Amino acid sequence: MNSFTQKHTLQWKKVGTALLKGLMFLMLFINAIPLLWVIRTAFISQDKALDLFAVGLPTLDNFKRVLAAAPFGKYYGNTLFITIGILLVQLVFITLAGYAFARIDFYGSRLLFILFLSQLMIAPEVLILPNYSLMVKLGLNDHLLGIMLPFFASAMGTLIVRQTIKTIPTELEEAARVDGANLPQILGKVYVPLLLPAYLSFGMISAAFQWNNFLWPLVMTDSVSKRPLSLGLAMFAMSYETGAQWSDVSAATFLVCVPLLALFIIFQRQFMDSFMHSGIK
Amino acid sequence: MDIAMKIPQKRVQGQDWTLQREEYRVGLKKAIRGKWKKTLIAWLLLSPSLIFLTVFTIYPIAQSFINSLYKDNLSTLKPVFQGFTNYANLLKDKAFLECFWNNLLVAVVTVPCSIGLAVAFAVFEKGIKRGKFLVRLGFIYPTFIPMVAAANIWMFIYTPIYGLLGYINPNWRFLADGKTAIWAVMAMLIWKQAGYIMLFYMSGLTGISKEMYEAAKIDGAGSFQLFRLITWPLLAPTTTYVFIIALTNAYKMVDHLYIMTKGGPGNATNVLLFYIYQTGFDYWDTGKASAITVVLVGLLLIITCIKFFHDDRKAYYNETP
Repeated sequence: MNSFTQKHTLQWKKVGTALLKGLMFLMLFINAIPLLWVIRTAFISQDKALDLFAVGLPTLDNFKRVLAAAPFGKYYGNTLFITIGILLVQLVFITLAGYAFARIDFYGSRLLFILFLSQLMIAPEVLILPNYSLMVKLGLNDHLLGIMLPFFASAMGTLIVRQTIKTIPTELEEAARVDGANLPQILGKVYVPLLLPAYLSFGMISAAFQWNNFLWPLVMTDSVSKRPLSLGLAMFAMSYETGAQWSDVSAATFLVCVPLLALFIIFQRQFMDSFMHSGIK
Repeated sequence: MDIAMKIPQKRVQGQDWTLQREEYRVGLKKAIRGKWKKTLIAWLLLSPSLIFLTVFTIYPIAQSFINSLYKDNLSTLKPVFQGFTNYANLLKDKAFLECFWNNLLVAVVTVPCSIGLAVAFAVFEKGIKRGKFLVRLGFIYPTFIPMVAAANIWMFIYTPIYGLLGYINPNWRFLADGKTAIWAVMAMLIWKQAGYIMLFYMSGLTGISKEMYEAAKIDGAGSFQLFRLITWPLLAPTTTYVFIIALTNAYKMVDHLYIMTKGGPGNATNVLLFYIYQTGFDYWDTGKASAITVVLVGLLLIITCIKFFHDDRKAYYNETP
């Protein structure tokens, strides 16, 4: 190969790389279109919503109509209660279980570990039918607590905590033990502070899951006042058959999406860092 | 901290053998008692999770299996035992079979597509110097949007005439046509899933050292070769993990159907979990819905077993998995 062709291929490689980059930017744009469009439709006045090329000043009219038409405040409250309630219980449970799996050599550990893993794969949302009959028997259908109970144990959270604890040197625990700390103190003072990044990434995943959870609340709730946000949004959107109310549906969709997107944007750096280092591989 | 490590193993020459044996016996007893004590603590720590896991995952699976052996629908006052009739009926049920094959199609198409896009996004994101944040946001945001909300948005896209695609061709009715509907739904699923998988690949990419790329570059490797020879092989563990996650998700994601198609037209976009919902909560055929639940759980367990098999095989080659 002489120097001329070498230079030639180098140039072609550069062109190829540039084309590839261009393609990726195009994909990025295509990927972002749904979000951009829903934001645009949510903030533009209703009469212009159907015309893609119409321009107008942003308005909050759509949001006012949506909030007047459906109890989104109540839905918000329910979802917040469910999401935070589940997460708090999960954090306690996964810390205890994760520690046991990471640090204790005990009889039955393999069996229990497989049991936990099977929950990771099957997940309560597949078992809507038997869980629903169980909740009816317990008298918990159409209760927020009934919606929450199946998610208190989290195999994924347990695995994340287990992986993270395994990266922490045992010397810390032993030093605390020498100082006379008992197990609750060791967990609280030694491990919990070191687990905070893992809690953050698990918290984001768990919150996103509960915020989005739909099918289970759908079968569990009868009354409007027990509906979480996802269900409320679906019912709201379904009440319009045609495209005439797009601006309203967009505004409602935007309302539902904003909190999680905001959380993601605010905690983006920490979330990425902990996601990359906390053993979620 | 194995029991065996704590007890004297070898007979020491020149010492009293009975004394050594006694020492061994006491040591073993102590070690076992210690392990039982630890077992108690471990089970106590695990008990909260374990109780909820048993009540809401293990027990419901058993309950589904038992219910699936009964005829239990609106025509029966009390459940009637009928053996495996529900399963035999499923094999003759056209709707069920359609759901089964649709689900398989969804898995076969969306999993590789999402993974491919996710890798491309992650590699692209790593190479970007400015505007990383916007690139991340643009790719990952679908993860944080509720499925129901995503379905609403995609309805706007697919609606004929007024929808976004209507600007290209007003006559496209992808969701109303039995042949194209499932592809339209899958396009949305890929869009929703790729960003989530990208998170895992970004995590995997941080584990690959820069020196490796630099060395390959000195040897004259192009960017495509770098990807083929370094990035992709070293991402293999991530790919395995993500493959399992995406595969199980293909069987769990159904919320969008409630908004977009209700499983229609006909059963063209219906999948197993949504069919369980329809059978159990629209037609109140508990026996049949339980049988489908058992089938779905079985499928998910098979996927899990693939993972275990893979992990086991890997363990032979690599001490630390």
